[in-house]
Amino acid sequence: MADINKINKVLLLGSGALKIGEAGEFDYSGSQALKALKEENIETVLINPNIATVQTSEGVADKVYFLPVTPFFVEKVIEKERPDAILLAFGGQTALNCGVSLYQAGVFEKYNVQVLGTQVQAIMDTEDRELFIERLDEIGVETIKSHAVESMEDARAAAKELGYPVIIRSAYALGGLGSGFCDNEEELNKLAEKSFAFSPQILVEKSLKGWKEIEFEIVRDKNDNCIIVCSMENFDPLGIHTGESIVVAPTQTLTAHEVQKLCEIGTRVARHVGIVGECNIQFAFDPQSEEYRVIEVNARLSRSSALASKATGYPLAFVACKLGLGYSLYELKNSITKTTTDFFEPSVDYVVCKIPRWDLSKFHGVDKELGSSMKSVGEVMSIGRSFEEVIQKGIRMINQGMHGFVENKTLTFKNLDQALKEPTDKRMFAISQALESGYSIDKIYELTKIDKWFLNRLKKITDISAELHAVNGIENLSKDLLKKAKRAGFSDFQISRAIGIEQKVGSEQGILEIRNLRKELGVLPYVKQIDTLGGEYAAQANYLYMTYNGCAHDIPFMNDKKSIIVLGSGAYRIGSSVEFDWCGVQALNTVRKEGYRNIMINCNPETVSTDYDVCDRLFFDELSFERVMDVIELENPYGVIVSTGGQIPNNLAMRLDGMNVPILGTSAKCIDNAEDREKFSAMLDRIGVDQPEWSELTSMDDIKEFIDRVGFPVLVRPSYVLSGAAMNVCSNQDELERFLQLAADVSKQHPVVVSRFIEHAKEVEMDAVAKDGEIIAYAISEHIEFAGVHSGDATIQFPPQKLYVETVKRIKRISRQIAKELHISGPFNIQYLAKENDIKVIECNLRASRSFPFVSKVLKINLIEIATKVMLGIPVEVPEKSLFDVDYVGIKASQFSFNRLQKADPVLGVDMASTGEVGCLGDDSRYAILESMLSVGHRIPAKNILLSTGSAKQKADMLDAAKLLGEKGYTLYATGGTSKYLTENGVQNTRVYWPSEEGQHPQALEMLHNKEIDMVVNIPKDLTQHELSNGYKIRRAAVDLNIPLITNARLADAFINAFCTLDVNDIPIKSWDEFK
Amino acid sequence: MKVSLILADGTCFEGEAFGYQQPTSGELVFNTSMTGYPELMTDPSSDGQLLVMTYPVIGNYGVQPMEKDEYGLVTNAESDHIHVNALIVSDYSEYYSHWNAKESLEDWMIREKVVGISGIDTRELSKHIRLHGCMAARVVFEDMPKPAEYSYTNLISKVSCTEPITYQPGKEKTVVVLDCGIRASVLRCLLQQDVTVVRVPWNYDFTSMDYDGLFISNGPGNPSYCGETIAIIQKAMADKSEKPVLGIDMGCLLLGLAAGMDTYKLKFGHHTHNQPVQLAGTDRCYITTQNHNYAIREESIVGHWKVYMKNLHDGSVEGIYHTRKPWVGTMFHSESDVIDTDVSFIYDDFISKL
Repeated sequence: MADINKINKVLLLGSGALKIGEAGEFDYSGSQALKALKEENIETVLINPNIATVQTSEGVADKVYFLPVTPFFVEKVIEKERPDAILLAFGGQTALNCGVSLYQAGVFEKYNVQVLGTQVQAIMDTEDRELFIERLDEIGVETIKSHAVESMEDARAAAKELGYPVIIRSAYALGGLGSGFCDNEEELNKLAEKSFAFSPQILVEKSLKGWKEIEFEIVRDKNDNCIIVCSMENFDPLGIHTGESIVVAPTQTLTAHEVQKLCEIGTRVARHVGIVGECNIQFAFDPQSEEYRVIEVNARLSRSSALASKATGYPLAFVACKLGLGYSLYELKNSITKTTTDFFEPSVDYVVCKIPRWDLSKFHGVDKELGSSMKSVGEVMSIGRSFEEVIQKGIRMINQGMHGFVENKTLTFKNLDQALKEPTDKRMFAISQALESGYSIDKIYELTKIDKWFLNRLKKITDISAELHAVNGIENLSKDLLKKAKRAGFSDFQISRAIGIEQKVGSEQGILEIRNLRKELGVLPYVKQIDTLGGEYAAQANYLYMTYNGCAHDIPFMNDKKSIIVLGSGAYRIGSSVEFDWCGVQALNTVRKEGYRNIMINCNPETVSTDYDVCDRLFFDELSFERVMDVIELENPYGVIVSTGGQIPNNLAMRLDGMNVPILGTSAKCIDNAEDREKFSAMLDRIGVDQPEWSELTSMDDIKEFIDRVGFPVLVRPSYVLSGAAMNVCSNQDELERFLQLAADVSKQHPVVVSRFIEHAKEVEMDAVAKDGEIIAYAISEHIEFAGVHSGDATIQFPPQKLYVETVKRIKRISRQIAKELHISGPFNIQYLAKENDIKVIECNLRASRSFPFVSKVLKINLIEIATKVMLGIPVEVPEKSLFDVDYVGIKASQFSFNRLQKADPVLGVDMASTGEVGCLGDDSRYAILESMLSVGHRIPAKNILLSTGSAKQKADMLDAAKLLGEKGYTLYATGGTSKYLTENGVQNTRVYWPSEEGQHPQALEMLHNKEIDMVVNIPKDLTQHELSNGYKIRRAAVDLNIPLITNARLADAFINAFCTLDVNDIPIKSWDEFK
Repeated sequence: MKVSLILADGTCFEGEAFGYQQPTSGELVFNTSMTGYPELMTDPSSDGQLLVMTYPVIGNYGVQPMEKDEYGLVTNAESDHIHVNALIVSDYSEYYSHWNAKESLEDWMIREKVVGISGIDTRELSKHIRLHGCMAARVVFEDMPKPAEYSYTNLISKVSCTEPITYQPGKEKTVVVLDCGIRASVLRCLLQQDVTVVRVPWNYDFTSMDYDGLFISNGPGNPSYCGETIAIIQKAMADKSEKPVLGIDMGCLLLGLAAGMDTYKLKFGHHTHNQPVQLAGTDRCYITTQNHNYAIREESIVGHWKVYMKNLHDGSVEGIYHTRKPWVGTMFHSESDVIDTDVSFIYDDFISKL
């Protein structure tokens, strides 16, 4: 057991880039652990290439290495830093797997590094299914009958023995990667092959579809003191991965006896396995008896533990870290009550609901059915005092255009029964429709297996909706019904729509009318604390939520204009994730440092900004106009910051301004001038700044006319409201027509924006802070890929390495003009196209952008701190250092999660698809490229590389790289055109055949399946449907078989150049502060 | 129907009635357990309470069948009828769902003639109790006569058995259970130990009986009403045979009083499933279930009596023991009869000393 007196330096492993199944929750848990270590005056070293995280910010860890969390690099850091101990449980599966490998390789022993908390053997006992079952058998705990197999043949035999349906899982895989249900042998064959690609061992199990899924978070200290911190029940029955399920806490449908029974089993397991710290246990529970099975135990902090921490106020990661250091639970102080100890089981007096956020419409061809493998990219948590309240709040928080369980635009399900039976991201609305169209609860239960308790509570919502619909006009709306609706979580908008005033006066006016009526009648929400003990002890809790199921506030309001509200960024989604959490936390920190009380409103349990330690008051609540106004009216703040939380708060600016809310920084009117395409474009014309030609068009004829003028290719953005379809580049008439038909009909109400697409242009980003229209700090960065790859997917280098001096000059000049014209005070971002020295503006956002943490950390100037000071009206010194003083290079590379998204085409386009990013530093860009590519899961290929390199220009771009590969002794395989081109240019290669070239050998797909290829470079000529479908099978196979894939010529060239000219052993192991 | 809850200090909360509609009064007590309403409502220790559940949504799984088990004890409940005078919740769930549910909470309450109030801000109400202490309150209906003020009396006499009852006779050892309102689950814990149990009324002098150990049960209200019981316990303790004694909850208080200690009323009692206690002088801690308003004053524990356990929240005494004789008291009981919990050892220790 750890002796805290002998621990002076601890290494913590982060989880790397955000990916599906491993997201912001590990920034939160790692940050908590680092805080706990700091409190003990222990020196901390962090390895995490995820530069956008809070944990990699200044002052959190003593040393930060932006390096891949792989055994190779971690060993190098251990060799250099010589830590006394290591923490493996705070960086998700990535850190855990890395830790197990290092342990097995004897690295910890070699360098005398203690593993704190749960020991590696215990981790292996829980990770290896066979060991796990054996260990649980020893204490008579039931597990799911499962056969571990290592060959296809054994898999088939096991399934036959168990009887279909079966579930397949791969051992050592995060978030159910490579797992799924098989109803027959054919499905088994397909899935098992995929699973074997990720893991040498897979498990075949009897499926328990339809059972309840129950989770507990368990904490245990070295003295065997054991507590259950939170019980959670999945709304969706077993069969849907818990990360894909709506989850409520505490359990709703279990008796006290059943809960006790599972608690006892949980603690028995935690003790037997030897957990010291925290673990999560998942149960399958028969809805018709007390039969149970333990599904799995996660001997580490997890998504569920982050949720449980936020749901109860019990800081699991912080406590787990302290227990790892050797403390006992009773020796730690409850951080909310400040008077009691951490040895207690929280009692909640509210209901919590987690809802996942999916972005499936962002991916071409993805399978939308939910199952045992995770696809969601984020989540929200809602808090209230009835199930109806939390489910409706939660649905709104997801921010996908839904107003709650009812009163949404009608989603039409062609086959409602099927939509209920085969769950997709839209099932909740299928239930809503089913209830409205008179399906009985029994029928819905038969189809969904969702516990009837939940279904009946949902029916209460549709019943109230029907009551509201029967009200004719606002004057006939009674106080009782209004109150009833609000208590069931109806928003003002839902009520205004249900009683028919939205249709008459418009949505914004309708909301205000209901709001005014409510205030008149005194139907108001109340602020309640989360105090961990159900009110049993007085608490100074600053962790708050709002509810209509109450009659008094828990807290007083100062009304002294000394507080500042920072709006958070909501659910993580494609395009908005941890980077905005970083921005929000930096803004909160600065506000506090400047002597104001800081208040955060956010609803994402994965974040650090919703850690009640970072602010004076945390409203864990909706980022809707209604709720934000509720908080503003109570708090009466000095001002509100809307520019550090991404697009959600940014979109609220105009409406808050309309209510005379003091918005800090750039005025709402100027924000609108940048957001409104027409206004912005007119302004650019006025100041003589160029932009790609564009037009908002309402008919096919207009579109044709526009294209006749500018020529193909064009970028087409359909109306999001109608179709939810992605934008696309169209290269010819045929494609354009097909795409528009697919997207939606073009009409007056639903115009499309068509703009000229400039090929082979560089994309340049300007991240800056201005004060009263004057730029005071800025960072210009350069995309490695040419324009056409979304800036969120692009690989970005900073400082720019290949821009002309003149280009930089012009970009600075134009940025100054725009800042002045829009009177910017605060953060902003402009994206430019640069071809030769011709500069065009693509987009301008008067808020912090995704790249703010990256450039701030590379430049070592905190742009958000400066921006916040500007917004507070505090004098700011113009930083002396500029990007020209940086003698190293930062590369931001994107993490994709295509392996999770079955059937999705892993190709990059103008719509964003990456789920996360890393940022690595190097003495030149090759080092940084190599580190960052290895950080996002690429590997340096061993021998064989498959090339198909797209158009003539792209082939030429790739020629040098191909030659280099040949010189380095790689064996090249290439498809037809590429092979011919390479041969003509003297590069030795072997031709392989496309799947369409049947009967010819060798077949590319076969080689992939036989594991003969170590890396695939597959570049579509363009983004046309034909070209995409041609390479799809190869790209998809590469992803499914876990073979590194690159689909962009410029990126492939940079990566190949890096690994051919550098030896990975020569990468200097340098911490952030060593780059000077 | 609208109903008012009027506290002794005049504070008023308004809600909707459910269950049986009739005015009543009682002692207002809040409980922070998130499940277990049938057990809490039937716990004799809850007798006379107006029970406020801090968890807002109550009734979800209905009520499970309450039948006699092999010992003649009721299943899925702590006694065969409801002991609380009223149940106060934020959100009563009319609909219930459970494979083993027999009826809804409301139907059960109607049968048992117990009133319920929903729509109350139970957090606000609990905070009020926490701040001002447990107090009496009345449930008042608009069109019905006002209920009488709640008067504090000897509740134990009301909930104890009236005649001695012998369970599984003929075992090697016999335990006398002094019934101050024993929970069915507690009795079952003893019966599972393979001993004969003789359950006697609260004021029954058993000292002339042939027995091997004395168990003093949980029970409601104020221990100072039980002079008779204390005298009987003192008589048993004076016996030279020094038989093992285990008192739990009220039984612990009575044991303490019999040994000359003082008790006092806690401000708002311990009524939760999650009271953390620590074994004095060790690193071991337990989460315990409690339902009482009184505690033993630490300064009054003198001589050969020592503090056995302490509460980690408020530092109150959670257990006492005698350094020379096999006499032990704890302020908690096991949470369940069928599940081996962390604190089951108190029963095992007691039985092993018989």
